[in-house]
Amino acid sequence: MSPTILLLLALGLGLAGWLAARARAYSFKREVAGGRLAALPSYHAWYVALWVLIPTVLFVAVWSFIAPQLVTSSVLASPAAANLPEFGFLRSTILNEAAAVAKGDAAGVFNDQAQALIEPYREAIGQSRMIGLIATMVIGFMGGAWAFLRIKPDFAARTRVERTVMAILLLASLVAILTTLGILVSLTFETVRFFGMVSPVDFLFGTFWGPDPMSTTTDPTRYGAIPLFWGTIFIGAIIAMIVAIPLGLMSAIYLTQYANPKWRAWLKPALEILAGVPTVVYGYFAALTVAPFVRDLAQSVGIANASSESALAAGVVMGVMIIPFVSSMADDSIAAVPQAMRDGSLAMGATTSETIKRVLVPAALPGIVAGIMLAISRAIGETMIVVMAAGAAANLTANPLEAMTTVTFQIVAMLTGEGSFDHPATLSAFALGFVLFLVTLGLNFIALRVVKRFREAYE
Amino acid sequence: MSEATLPNRSAHFQARLKKRYAAEQRFKFLGLGAIIFSVCVLAVLLVSMTMNGVGGFQRAELSVPVNFREAGLTIEPQRLKDSDAIQALETAGLPMLVQTAAEQALGPDGAEQVSSDAWREVGRAIVDDPALLGSEKTFNLPATNSLASALRGEGREDLRPLAKELSDKGLLARHFDPGFLTRADATDPQMVGIWGALKGSILTMLVTLALAFPIGVLAALYLEEYAPKNRWTDIIEVSINNLAAVPSIIFGLLGLAVFLWIFPFYRSAPLIGGMTLALMTMPVIVISGRNAIKAVPPSIRDGALAIGASPVQVVFHHVLPLALPGIMTGTIIGMARALGETAPLLMIGMRAFVATPPDGFTSPATVLPVQIFLWSDEIDRGFVERTSAAIIILLLFLLVMNGLAIYLRNRFEKKW
Repeated sequence: MSPTILLLLALGLGLAGWLAARARAYSFKREVAGGRLAALPSYHAWYVALWVLIPTVLFVAVWSFIAPQLVTSSVLASPAAANLPEFGFLRSTILNEAAAVAKGDAAGVFNDQAQALIEPYREAIGQSRMIGLIATMVIGFMGGAWAFLRIKPDFAARTRVERTVMAILLLASLVAILTTLGILVSLTFETVRFFGMVSPVDFLFGTFWGPDPMSTTTDPTRYGAIPLFWGTIFIGAIIAMIVAIPLGLMSAIYLTQYANPKWRAWLKPALEILAGVPTVVYGYFAALTVAPFVRDLAQSVGIANASSESALAAGVVMGVMIIPFVSSMADDSIAAVPQAMRDGSLAMGATTSETIKRVLVPAALPGIVAGIMLAISRAIGETMIVVMAAGAAANLTANPLEAMTTVTFQIVAMLTGEGSFDHPATLSAFALGFVLFLVTLGLNFIALRVVKRFREAYE
Repeated sequence: MSEATLPNRSAHFQARLKKRYAAEQRFKFLGLGAIIFSVCVLAVLLVSMTMNGVGGFQRAELSVPVNFREAGLTIEPQRLKDSDAIQALETAGLPMLVQTAAEQALGPDGAEQVSSDAWREVGRAIVDDPALLGSEKTFNLPATNSLASALRGEGREDLRPLAKELSDKGLLARHFDPGFLTRADATDPQMVGIWGALKGSILTMLVTLALAFPIGVLAALYLEEYAPKNRWTDIIEVSINNLAAVPSIIFGLLGLAVFLWIFPFYRSAPLIGGMTLALMTMPVIVISGRNAIKAVPPSIRDGALAIGASPVQVVFHHVLPLALPGIMTGTIIGMARALGETAPLLMIGMRAFVATPPDGFTSPATVLPVQIFLWSDEIDRGFVERTSAAIIILLLFLLVMNGLAIYLRNRFEKKW
């Protein structure tokens, strides 16, 4: 809670600076002949407030990051910590227990050694809180005082405030680049570490996937990702698309070309609800309702070994999830075809369906293809449905009734276990994530290029 | 119109025309079928969740009359106001008292099936209303999970006669369980509640909103109003568009690798979850925000500039207020997506068993979709109902959010 208090303190100081500076600016207004300042009083106020807020908020951000480490190191330096066990699980448990009691989160400790550490912890936490509080006050006052002394009747406060505002706007837009960089760097970093243990060739072309998070040796032959890639493609790009493309396309055609406006007003939102259902709900639906149904159906036609976790169930439900996505992309690109082309075809005596099949769809094809690309990229990145319905077995098979596993399933499986960050099984999740990132990025890029070229054709 | 003016149609032509019209009809019905199929799947999903979920709002309860007057529980009224009032009641012998009352009402076999934590609910009732100690009241106490499944006709064979006997006497019945909305996770489906996850979701969403909304809006303003056309701007635009299409699990990997590395002490806290989801939501807000800003006509800007406003004043006094409803709509839609998101939060460790509702942004928490995922892993039939009930609550939340977005869109839609 300590950073929150410091932030509130910073805000309070900022408000005080704002009010003081505004009052000062109004007093200038009375003193100066003609009552005109170089900037409105509120700009003087904002100038001071910014000088209080920016340094203090920066300090609080940095402080909340380093303070816990300072506390830990000062506790470890205390005599009571001298006989702690060496690095490991027990040591961190003892430290955590003592810290929890010192913060008031827990009533007592289970470990005797932790008891001795409570006092040093309490002291260190109190100290760090005091330092944070005083430093925030001092920084806020110094910033505020410096800015306050600079405001004068002819001080161009507005220019300075606006320059700061522009800088903040620029920083906000840079967050996107930072995020992209963060994704790239973190994925690359861990992937490189993984490839230090398992060769990329084994990873990309091996056909056996069976990482063992408990083993202490690295066996590179267990990290062949081909079955995962196949499972991902089979579920996301084949089964799901067999469901989603015809249904989505036909829905879009019916809604734009046939449905009367009254029905359209009801059906289109109904389709959109399909897109708004959380994937965990789809996953539950797939596992609870669709998968047993598929299994029973398969058994009733004589397939005895049908699995209750099947690629088919996951793929079909995923396809249903994607329908509104394909439908709205197709909708947009059909609507973008010039009305004259449609009218021309109808005037020649073609029926509506002939017009759609021979004129509208071919003309809208680039947009539709782009939509399908985006749909595939969404399907292969989808996680919860496959985690809940597709199974964990890495099978290299074309039988949709068998359990299959996907890239996203394995990322979840590898990172929610107890494995450490030095184990290749854990790191393999980042390598898989990297491949997933590159593939979806590639698909999106192609889709956007296709859409761009297509749009130019009619403008 | 007489016969003579009709065009001369050969039999061959007639047949072909008929075939073409038939094809037209088939095509039309195919389209209708596609839509009906999709809507039917949605209906099946909603109906199956509702049918399963209705049971999830109930629990099997045994009615036990407790006569406090005669039982003579002695406790100082002052102690009931303390924070450890329940512990005080425990030492005063409340569990034993409830046990005896249950034996009197239900017989020894029946009393065994009262959940072992049931006395806590009696205790909480006493804390709420100390006057109870001088009177008599019939409590509906939770039954054990085994008896609850026996009542449904599942689970242990040997308990079914008992369940039947008690329910015939009117002592065992399924009641609406208001506690489902106020408790947190537990291992017994009879005792679980949704509030812990809901509170975690709310805290996480607050962090997401506090980060994604200002950053998203400011970035949209910069890109739409001030950004020079150069390579930097292009890079920013491309990375925003790409981020909007990156799979959510990748954001989870980012959160795991970066945020948990910076803040190792806040594993599975709403703070980290909210930060991760904010990065995911921000591009959505930027894209919708840009569209809303683009829709504000240039004449507004020109008018403001003409009377001497600075570019910053134009944007913050005129463009932003006019674009705000559109930005809000996009923000709500982005937040609805973040609310339903599960995978990135699994990555950063929000899948832990959390039995107490989080009391701050930094305490361990879980969120509604993750809670659904965790419960869906339990094989107990009781959890199936609870999971569906939690799904109903999640869907209701999303419905409200989307409804709000539609309302805002309709209320503030402007034709310039």
